[in-house]
Amino acid sequence: MLQENNYITASCEISNHIIYKNKEAVFENKNASLADFLISAYNHFDLKYPKFYKMDFLSKLGWLASEILLKDSFQHANYKSEEIGIVLANSNSSLDTDLKYFESTKDFASPSLFVYTLPNIVMGEICIKNKFKGENAFFIQETFDANFVQQYVNNLLNNNILQACICGWVDVLHENYEALLFLIEKDEKNNPIPFTGENMV
Amino acid sequence: MDTLITDLKKQIVDQLNLQDIKPEDIGDEQPLFVEGLGLDSIDALELIVLLQQHYKIKLANAEDGPKVFYSVKTMADYIRANQPKTAL
Repeated sequence: MLQENNYITASCEISNHIIYKNKEAVFENKNASLADFLISAYNHFDLKYPKFYKMDFLSKLGWLASEILLKDSFQHANYKSEEIGIVLANSNSSLDTDLKYFESTKDFASPSLFVYTLPNIVMGEICIKNKFKGENAFFIQETFDANFVQQYVNNLLNNNILQACICGWVDVLHENYEALLFLIEKDEKNNPIPFTGENMV
Repeated sequence: MDTLITDLKKQIVDQLNLQDIKPEDIGDEQPLFVEGLGLDSIDALELIVLLQQHYKIKLANAEDGPKVFYSVKTMADYIRANQPKTAL
């Protein structure tokens, strides 16, 4: 019998220069630029991953949110790498980096910007760090369609294509950004939150 | 003090966004790739851009890349040997 009920076992939101883990504020740096905010959060959580400095804003934001989401909330050892996937969405695709790359082509096109001119690269960065090898999907939506993402992820879990999934919204353009990630698992664990569209907004 | 090597180290840190590394911590003969600084293939492309942007040098043969970019010293030697002479 297919399992119908899946659960939100952790969440992370980054917006307005505040980071929330499971709806509790865990870091704030209100007066910084986006660049400085991301670096200050990276240093605050002592993340020690030098590749972070080379990432574009979208990847920095999504990777940072995933690190906080997973910390103390996820037991990778309970899963095979192929059983863990990521499903994300945003509105601006990789436009923030696309514009910076286009500027660089006026002088010398930057290879290190070019590699970030696709929005799905943020999922690649998360997967590389965590050795996740399950399905990735990235959708472009005008606003976060939580019901769509919930149905898509439920389908992956209920058909045993995945056993755990990070899903949500990661978007940035210039200094405007938002990240909202959820960890979805089949086991209830403590204080289970049913995985529904309503519980993701 | 070799100013070219000093300048190259600063340019490498800036070009490759190595914000966790100080230029003075890069050894002149320290390997840049795999071990040592641990740079990757995208960093290699950025170093090619660096040569063009700062020293007006285009790498003649791609096969020379591993030798030219082995260390800061090999890069400096290549620049000295190939930098276009400016007219007086």
